[in-house]
This record gives sequence, C-alpha cells and structure tokens, in this order.
Amino acid sequence: MITCLGDMFFPEVGVAMVRLLRRLGVTVEFPQGQTCCGMPLFNSGYHHDAAVVAARTVGLFAGAEHVVVPSGSCAWMVKTEYPGLLKDDPALKAAAEVLATKTYELSQFLVDVLGVTSVESSFRGKVAYHDSCHLLRGLGESRAPRTLLRGVKGCQLVELPGSDECCGFGGSFSVRLPEVSTAVLDKKLAAAEGTGADCLVACDAGCLMQMGGGLTRRGSRVRAVHLAQILAPSEHA
Amino acid sequence: MSDESLRTPFPQRAHAALEDAHLQEALGIATTRFIGLRKESFAGFPEGEALRDRARAIKEGTLQQLDLHLERLADNIERLGGHVHWVATGEEARDIVLRLCRDKGVRMAVKSKSMATEEIELNEALEAAGVKPVETDLGEYIIQLAHEKPSHIIAPAIHKTKGQVADLFSKELGGRFEADPEVLTAVARKELRQKFLDADMGITGANFAVAETGTIVLVTNEGNGRMVTSLPRIHVAVMGMEKVIPTMTDLMVFLAILARSATGQKLSSYTTLVRGPRQPGETEGPEELHLILMDNGRTRQIAGTLREALYCLRCGACLNVCPVYRQIGGHAYGYTYPGPIGILLTAMLKGAASVKDLAHASSLCGACKDVCPVRIDIPRMLVDLRAELDREKIAPWPERVVFRLARRAMTSPALFRLGASLGRVAQRPFVRNGRLRGLPLFLGRWTRTRDLPPVASRTFSERWPELDNSKDLERP
Repeated sequence: MITCLGDMFFPEVGVAMVRLLRRLGVTVEFPQGQTCCGMPLFNSGYHHDAAVVAARTVGLFAGAEHVVVPSGSCAWMVKTEYPGLLKDDPALKAAAEVLATKTYELSQFLVDVLGVTSVESSFRGKVAYHDSCHLLRGLGESRAPRTLLRGVKGCQLVELPGSDECCGFGGSFSVRLPEVSTAVLDKKLAAAEGTGADCLVACDAGCLMQMGGGLTRRGSRVRAVHLAQILAPSEHA
Repeated sequence: MSDESLRTPFPQRAHAALEDAHLQEALGIATTRFIGLRKESFAGFPEGEALRDRARAIKEGTLQQLDLHLERLADNIERLGGHVHWVATGEEARDIVLRLCRDKGVRMAVKSKSMATEEIELNEALEAAGVKPVETDLGEYIIQLAHEKPSHIIAPAIHKTKGQVADLFSKELGGRFEADPEVLTAVARKELRQKFLDADMGITGANFAVAETGTIVLVTNEGNGRMVTSLPRIHVAVMGMEKVIPTMTDLMVFLAILARSATGQKLSSYTTLVRGPRQPGETEGPEELHLILMDNGRTRQIAGTLREALYCLRCGACLNVCPVYRQIGGHAYGYTYPGPIGILLTAMLKGAASVKDLAHASSLCGACKDVCPVRIDIPRMLVDLRAELDREKIAPWPERVVFRLARRAMTSPALFRLGASLGRVAQRPFVRNGRLRGLPLFLGRWTRTRDLPPVASRTFSERWPELDNSKDLERP
C-alpha cells in the first residue's frame, strides 16, 4: 500500500520498499487505484467521509496475503480505525477486520513477519532515528526500525534525544497552527543536528515531509530519509 | 481568563506565547523537569501499570453508580455534622459560598489550591462581595499577587521564571528580594502566617471524597491545605461531582499514582484527610464544614462523548508532555483548564462550540494518553469532538467544503491523478533547488517556515507498470 504522500511526493520510498521486499523473496503486487488511507478526513472529524474512503481501500486489498505500508500512521489508521468506521455494515466491517490483521508497517513486517533483523545492505554514515507518534504509541513499535538500522553495514545509529517526541506535523495541524507546528519542529531539528548525524530516519511520510521541509529550509547538512532508503539505497546511490 | 482576552483569536494568543521569552524559558525548564521526574518515578514502580488499570476501572465503576456514591458520601458527611450542598451550576456554587460569608460575617477567606474554585471564578465573586480571598498555595499566591490566572493545573505559576517572581514580590510586598526560590518561599510563608490565623473561612477543593467514610481528601505539598482546613472556623470544600470514590482502599490506589504522575513524588508531602467538622472532645478543626457538590455540566457527560474526561484526576501530566502546551503554555488556551485534557473539560463546561479552534490545538501525537494515570484516550476524544463540530456545522464552511472535495479525490483515482498533474503544472513557478517555497493561499502557512517537496515528475502509481515488469529489481 502506497498512500497519498508517498505516492505523490516520495515515490522513491515506494521504489526502495519494492526493491527491498523483492530482495527478501517477497512477491510484490500493487493494486492500482490507491489514493489515501483517509486519515486526514478522520483526524479532522469527517468520519462519514473517512468511512467512504476506508470502504474503498478495504475492497482494493481484499486479495492480498499481507499488506505492507511504508508509513506508520497509515498502517495505524487501517489497523485501528477502519473496523470502527465501517461498523454499520457487517460485511464491510468483517473485511476491514481482516485487512487490519494483515496490514503491517514496513519495519514491523520485516522483523515480525519475515523474521529479518539484517537486510544485508550497506550505508556509510551516522543516522538518528525519529519515533513517529503513530508507529511508537499507536502501534507500540520502537525496536524494529532500530534493529534494522543496526544491521546495516557501515551505518552508525545514534540516539536522538527526545526521539519519542512529536515532530509537530500532525496532518492539518501543521497548517492550522503553523507557528506552533514549526516551534515543535525546531526543537526536533535542533536535537537531530546536535547528534552529528548525517541522516534523520523515520518511518512515516508525514514526519519526513515536516522534518525534511524544515531541514532544507534551514540549510542543514542533515537529510531526512525513510528507513527503506537506508535499507535499499536507490539506483544512483 | 477574562472574556476580553478570548476576543483575540486562538492562533494569535498562541503567537504571543511563542514570542514571550520568559514564558518559553520557564515552560521549557519546568515541563522537561516534570517529564523526567514522572518517568523516573514510574520506572522504579513496576506495579504502577496495573494500578493505573485499576484506577481507571474504579473511576468507570463509580460513574456507573454515581448517584449512589454521592448520596452515601453526603449521608456520611452529614452524620459527622457537616453540611452538603448540591448545586447544578457554578453560579449556584458561588451563591452558596457568598451566602455563607454573609450569614457568618466572613471578611477574609484563605484558600488552598483548587481548580474547581477557579472554574467558578470564586475569587472575583468574593471580592465583589467584600470578602478578601487569600491564596495560600505558593504558586497561586504568586499569580494572585500578579493578578493573573493559573496556567497549569498543578503548577499555576509555571509560566513565571524565578526572576519574575522576585521582581513581583519586591514590587508588591515592598523590599528587595533575590531570585532564590528558598528566599522567596520564606517571604511568602511569613506573609501568609498571619492570614491563616485571621481568616474566618478556609476554602478548598477536593482531590477525592471517599463515600464510605465521608472523608474529603486534599493532596498538597506545602502544608497550607492543613492550615486552611483546621485554623479558620468554617471550612468550605468545592468539589466536582465526579471526584467521589467509593472506598478508602480505592483511595490508596489513586494516591499511589497521582503524585507520581503529577510531580514524580511517591506521595505528595501532605495528604490531608478531613472527616467532618470539629467533633466533641476534639481541640482543633473548624466549627462548620460545608461540602459543595457541583455538577456544572458534568453529569450530562455520563452519557455523552466526553464521559472519559470525568475520570480525570487533575494531575497535569498530559500538559507536561503535550508538544502544544509545552510551546504555548496555559494562558493561550484561554480557559480555566489548559492542555489536552483542558480542551475536553472546556467543551464539557462551555459546550463544543467554545473549543472549535482549540479542538485542533493538538497534533494527536498521543503522548497525553500515554502518561494519563487513568489512561484517558484524549486524542480519540479530540477527534470525536472535531466530528461533533462537523456534524453540528460549527466547523467553518470553507473547511467543510475542502474536506468534502478531498474525499472526492480520495475515492476517485482519476481525480487523484488529475490532482497530481495539476499540482505539477501549478508548482512550476515555486520550485527552488528542487523544493517548493512561497506557495500561495493556505499552502503558504506551510512554506513560510518549511519547504515542501514538489509533486514528483512521476508518482509511484505511474512508475509501477515499469517496476512490475523489471522483476530484476531485486538484484541491484
């Protein structure tokens, strides 16, 4: 599953994920017609609209064995909120529950389903990992991404102070209260720069958009990258 | 906060807070300290998690029979010689206190820290009636001197640096005091001592009230709660109805997690248990005890969307970890209760329409839910509150139109693709070094401080057919 931000702004993350999964022997399909998981609608309170989007997504992935998403918040949305949104239609609700159990955020899929702790890749540099809120508190995952990063040859993982604190994105929050959102972001970026890392790694398109946007704006030498880009560097890397 | 300050829209109040260097300094230090202390305290307390579950279950169980527990509490307090007043609104609660002051000739009242009395703006009412209220909690004392309101549920003066407090004391009390917390505390202590002795009435809130024993429980750190409840001849406690708990055993559960969540202490320095007024043969305690059981919008929510907010212990942990609160502090919220839980409590007290902006003052990061001692699902309730704003058409119509359009695009791949194509054309004038800057309209709210990645020349969906064909991708 490649959701809206990943599709439009970070296609290279999806490509890296496909490359990575294939290297690990996974057959990858991409049901065409995917758009967004509906979280922006849900979070802003447009629950009826979010349910329409959820129903559509549930149908698109009915045939998959596992569904892998390179974004913790979208995985959380599917796993946690879809069944509730579709509770009025028993058949759809049942289908949503099936989808919820077979949907995984990428790092969780690699570690928990494939049982992989090292994907045999190499990356020269220092990386700091940012815990995205929905992956950390929503899906309870803080270890899988770190395990995978430690398994990358030449990659030095440094702890980011306050790694469990929000980056200030929060979807529409980032444009409803841009100043507050940026103030929260500034703290995060200062912490990242303080680690001396080359890359600030996350597993969520939203956080990457926020942190990446802040880093390039301040002309930082730190780059915001997705975990998949470290695990499966792109064609020209 | 006064109605006047509420006339400034929330984003501007937040802006002012971000510009306030003193506030930023004070908030940063205090919230970071609170977070560390809480974390440390629970780390050395493995049974804490189970106790949190237990506390939540007690709160839920109590709500299911709230009437029964409240009647039992009232019966027991009356049996001990106390008086119980049932009030539906904050106004009624104020009137009871004012009537007591009038009837009993009260000229000065000392208060221990109480959010319930802040909620009903009791100090203003007392002053208007010619009764002098004196706050005796150090933080409350500071903000009363400064003519301000609390900006945190348990640390009312959290927005002030010690330098500011020293200046305030020097100006208001006469003298020249250095910015040393110990010195300043001693000054306040000396000032307050005579007030305790002179006051006719002691006013408190209640952290808990135990139904089976008729015990009012106050949790404080300065001992002022004890003075307020024992020295003046009348003690009045103002309590939200949801604060009742069934038994003393339940109290032990809450005490074990309350201070840990609030300040990282195992227990607060003083836990004051008040059982009735002075009994025959006792040498101290007030002649009269009045408990005001206040509804003020609470019981309506037993069957409402904000039900879980009635579990709240007012520990303030959710404020300390909230990225928004940590940036803007309590005053910017504009109401008695700040922070994530404050948004819910404000909706409870004043209606959903009053929080149409505040409901969005959260990135939904979930840190609040994580630290809440009774695991209130605050993010979920904020989302539900936003849903109510949409349902009741309180959310602004342009926003509702935008989200309806977004739904269209999300349910039509053709529209979604069209959106991407239009984006690629429209973004051209704004691309700088492969990043978007200076975008117009609401996108400008993003690009003022952050770059935006451009819509990719080929989206993932557009690249997929070729990816699908190049199965050799797995061998880089």
